[in-house]
Amino acid sequence: MMPNLTLSHLTKRFGATRALHDVSFTVAPGERIALLGHNGAGKSTLMKIVLGLIPYDSGRVEVLGAAPGDRAARRQVAYLPENVAFHPALTGLEQIRTYLRLRGEPVRDAMGLLERVGLAEAAKRRIGTYSKGMRQRVGLAQALIGRPRLLVLDEPTSGLDPVSRREFYTTLDGLAAEGASILLSSHALTEVEARTDRIVILSRGAMVANAALAELRRQAALPILMQVRTTEAAADQVAARLGGARFNGATVTLSCAPDQKLARLGQVTALGSLVEDVEVIPPSLEDLYSHFSKQVQP
Amino acid sequence: MNAILAISAAEFRIAFRNRWVAIAIAMMAVFSLVLAGAGSAPTGTLGADRLSVTVASLTSLAVYLVPLVALLMSFDAIAGEVERGTLPLMLTYPLGRFEILLGKFIAHLLILSLAVAIGYGLAAGAAIWTDPRASAGFPAMFRLFWTSLLLGAAFVAIGYAISALARRPGAAAGLAIALWLVMIVLYDLGLLAAVVADDGGRFTTDIFPWLLVGNPADAFRLYNLAASEATAAAAGIGAAAHTIAPVHALASILLWPLLGLGLAVLAFRKVTP
Repeated sequence: MMPNLTLSHLTKRFGATRALHDVSFTVAPGERIALLGHNGAGKSTLMKIVLGLIPYDSGRVEVLGAAPGDRAARRQVAYLPENVAFHPALTGLEQIRTYLRLRGEPVRDAMGLLERVGLAEAAKRRIGTYSKGMRQRVGLAQALIGRPRLLVLDEPTSGLDPVSRREFYTTLDGLAAEGASILLSSHALTEVEARTDRIVILSRGAMVANAALAELRRQAALPILMQVRTTEAAADQVAARLGGARFNGATVTLSCAPDQKLARLGQVTALGSLVEDVEVIPPSLEDLYSHFSKQVQP
Repeated sequence: MNAILAISAAEFRIAFRNRWVAIAIAMMAVFSLVLAGAGSAPTGTLGADRLSVTVASLTSLAVYLVPLVALLMSFDAIAGEVERGTLPLMLTYPLGRFEILLGKFIAHLLILSLAVAIGYGLAAGAAIWTDPRASAGFPAMFRLFWTSLLLGAAFVAIGYAISALARRPGAAAGLAIALWLVMIVLYDLGLLAAVVADDGGRFTTDIFPWLLVGNPADAFRLYNLAASEATAAAAGIGAAAHTIAPVHALASILLWPLLGLGLAVLAFRKVTP
C-alpha cells in the first residue's frame, strides 16, 4: 500500500542551527504515529514542513502523492497546531462554519462537529470567553472536518482533562480504522504508549528511534525491574538469596536483563512460601525515551 | 469563490463586533454633516447649487478621511493573524494567500462603502432639503462616491502590504500612520515647495503633473475637480487640474487598487508562519 506520508533524508537548517538532519520514515494509511522528542527536537518543524508551511533544505517529502503544501495535499490534510488560536470575537459555531466553508463542506455539519468534541453548549459563546481546553476542542473539531487522509496533530491533548483525552483517542481510532494516517506529537508518554502503533523519537533534529513499542523495548534491552513481596522477618534472607536489595520493609527489588527474566522468575518461585507475591515491571516509555534520546550527543 | 466569501463573512463579523463598522460610519457621518452645515455660507456667492458645493467640500474631506479609515481597517489584517497565531492553521486550508487577501478585501471594502454611502447620503440629504436646485449635483455626487471607493480600495490594499511587511500590529499601525502622513499631507507640501523652488522650470511643466497624478489621493482630487468647474474654485491645487487630462487621473485611481493588491500579495508571500 502507498504510504500517505513519505519523508526521505529530510534536512532543514535555521541558519547555523540544525533543525532536522537526515530524517526518513513513512506513515501508512490507518497508521497512528507518535512523534516524541524534547522541546526543540524538531517535532513542530517536521510537522510544518509536512504541511508546506515552511520550506526544507534537502531530501524528499511526499504527502498523499503530492508535494507538501500543494493544494491537492492540503485538501486532504488536517492540522492542529500547538497552542491553537482563533479570533476571540467569533463564536465557536461561527469559526467552525467558516472552516467548513473553506473546505467546501456543508455548514450544517458545524453543530455535529462541536457536539463530537463536547462543545455544543458553548457553541454560541465567543471564543474569547473559552478556556484553553475549550479552544483546543475547537481545534480538534476543525481537524475532523471532511474526511482527512492525514492528520497532523501537534500536542493535541494538551489542556484536555483525562476523560476528554480518552474520548479524543477513541475518535482518532475511528479515523484510523477508516484509513486515515495520524502523526501526533505529545509529552504525555503514557497515553501515547497505549494509543499509537509506532513511535518516532527525534533528538536534536535526528531520528533516533522508529519502531513499535515492543520493538523499541527489545532494541533498548533495558533492565526489567522485579518487586518480590515477602514477610518482614524473611526479607533479609530473600534479599540475600536473590541478590537483590531490601526495600521498604517487606519488599525486595531486583533488576535483570530482558533475556534473564524467566530464569530470575524461576529463582523467585523456588523460594516457595517465603514469597508472597511478585511484580514484574518492564521499562516504561519514559525510560525508553531517555535511553534513545541520550544516544545522540552534539 | 465560496471560500473567499467565507473569509469575507468572518472578517465582516469580526469588524462589526470590534465596532469598526460603527466607528467608520460614525466618522464619515459626523464629518460629512459638519461639512454640509459649514458649506452653506458660500452658496450665494458661487451661484452653484447646494449639492455641488457639498460635493466640493466632501472631496477635500474624503482625501483625508477615506485613506485614514481604509488604513485603520487594514493595518491589522496580516500582522494581527501573525500575532494571534491564527495564520499557520489558516494557511493549511486549501486556499491561496491571494484568496485570503481577496476575502478580507471584499469585507473591508463593503464596510468602507457603507460608511461612505451613509456619510455622503446624509450630506446630500441636507443639501437637497435646503435647496430645490440640488438635483443638478447628483452626477458629481455619484462620481465622488465611486471614486472614493476606489481611493479607499487603494489604501486598504496598501494597508495589507504594510501589515505583511511589518508582521507586528504595533509596527504596522505606526507604518500606516506614517504612510498616511507622507502620502496625504507631506507629499503635496513637498511638491509645492519643489514647484516654488523650480520657478516655472522643467520640473513644473514636465515632471510635476506626473508626480501629482501618481499619488492616488491627488489623482482622486484632480479627477473630481476636473469633472466639476464649481469645485475647482474651492480647491488649492485647482490650477494643476487643468494641466492634467482627467483620463490620466482616472487611470491612476483605477490602477492603484490593483497595484496595492499586487504589492500586498508579494509581501504576504514572504511571511513565513
